[in-house]
Amino acid sequence: MPRMEHPRDAIVRVTRSCICGSDLHLYRGLVPDTRIGTTFGHEFCGIVEEVGPGVEKLKRGDHVLVPFNIACGQCHFCKQGLFGNCHEVNPEATAVGGIYGYSHTAGGYEGGQAEYVRVPFADVSPTLIPDWMDPDDAVMLTDVVPTGYQAAEMGGIQKGDTVVVFGAGPVGIMAARCAWLFGAGRVIVIDHIHYRLEFAQRYCPAEVFDFREIEDMAVFIKKQTDSLGADVCIDAVGADAAGSALHSLFGKRLKLEAGSAIALHWAINSAKKGGIVSIVGVYGPTGNVVPIGNVLNKGITIRANQTSVKRLLPRLFEHVRAGHINPKALITHRMGLEEVPDGYHMFSAKLDGCIKPVLYPNGGR
Amino acid sequence: MPSFITKQQKVNPATVTGWGVDADPRNDPTYPYRDRAGDEERAMTWDRPSLQEPRVEVLRSIEHNRLPAVFGTSVPPRGLSGSIRRIAFGYSESDWRHWLMLLAADRINMVEGVLGDLLQGRIPNLPAEMGLRAEWKHNKTGLVRKAAVLAAASALALMLLSRRKRYRR
Repeated sequence: MPRMEHPRDAIVRVTRSCICGSDLHLYRGLVPDTRIGTTFGHEFCGIVEEVGPGVEKLKRGDHVLVPFNIACGQCHFCKQGLFGNCHEVNPEATAVGGIYGYSHTAGGYEGGQAEYVRVPFADVSPTLIPDWMDPDDAVMLTDVVPTGYQAAEMGGIQKGDTVVVFGAGPVGIMAARCAWLFGAGRVIVIDHIHYRLEFAQRYCPAEVFDFREIEDMAVFIKKQTDSLGADVCIDAVGADAAGSALHSLFGKRLKLEAGSAIALHWAINSAKKGGIVSIVGVYGPTGNVVPIGNVLNKGITIRANQTSVKRLLPRLFEHVRAGHINPKALITHRMGLEEVPDGYHMFSAKLDGCIKPVLYPNGGR
Repeated sequence: MPSFITKQQKVNPATVTGWGVDADPRNDPTYPYRDRAGDEERAMTWDRPSLQEPRVEVLRSIEHNRLPAVFGTSVPPRGLSGSIRRIAFGYSESDWRHWLMLLAADRINMVEGVLGDLLQGRIPNLPAEMGLRAEWKHNKTGLVRKAAVLAAASALALMLLSRRKRYRR
């Protein structure tokens, strides 16, 4: 059982905990200051087991979804709704907020792929799961759904826009789904994993393409868009991108870049002049080789951030209730906590049609 | 030559000709995820939450002017990797040495972890930890192929080594 460290802490008994694509960056050693012995897991929900004397809004027995970012609700950034950039939760870095189970670069917190977890500032971000909501939907609202939604939101999508999403992982699929909510006219998803592309084609729905069949991404997207380029490109891949032997060698093997930035490279070069590139794929804190000169010459606006989950939850609850988004449809594998190594391997190696694995510690109760 | 650092250089915006004539809150590319409502004074100070009492060693970025209100307490720095991490935190997040030392510390920490297990009589169950059960269940052919390639490469390496030894004799 974790220890209470602050009067506004709670201890939560975890009922559901996802494995996230960004956990794979930790798993593969791409995030600096990942210490042996840290528990991973930043997407979880659970039952409040204990609350500190400073917690006013939650009580023992409440079933809550816990946004992946820890936020004080009072600092310069939280006041602006930038709950993913809180300044009071991460001593190890100023560029990153506090994230459960995401290395000491994100504050050194234990994660939710566990039976119990310490939740700081428990009455700021953790949110009661409404009676009408399936907890399987709720756990997807801790990161995947809001991150996909914010990816589309940051794209500044206008009615009729062509949106290209790089990456058909859970976040990419959700970004493509949400692009329609903002009025996209066309949604294109790029990946190389066929079962995921087929899922995206049905679920989003979207036009899908395998980048291995495309000789030159920028030329291909231009041909798809009357030679102008896409209005909005979303990088929903981040540091672990496949598709370039050079980026893989320098970024993923030799660690001379903060991972492979080929998806971002494609996004910049496939966007139209004056277009917008929205980044939600996670990169490490060092540096990446990307065509920044083209950003200047084309007048690209780059927008990126860790998701401000708390800010988006009210709207996303409405979308789930109205049936605009079906989060749990992405869950392909449900397993016990003791199966976590298999879950990581299946997700990482993309076995058995894995899109989103969810762990059920404490039997999911 | 006077130092720019020690010289008082702050400019009062009110003294600048044309200050703010084109200011337009709608010209904010961060809209709508950044809400500046009620932020006229830039909110640079705030009522801080009560502060967590450190009970383990917590490394602090030199870009922070104080310890944040709360922090994680998992896995304090220790051993050789911990010493490297302490040195790394002497450099800012903007300095590559900070991150490269942390990455190096992570690799050393991996070796420390395995040695620590062995010293306590725990033999790491690598196949289980690497999820090979799932690989066997869902990708038998791939696993057999990988094992065959690994076995062939090992056999080749052994053969080359034994040849070299024979040649030396």
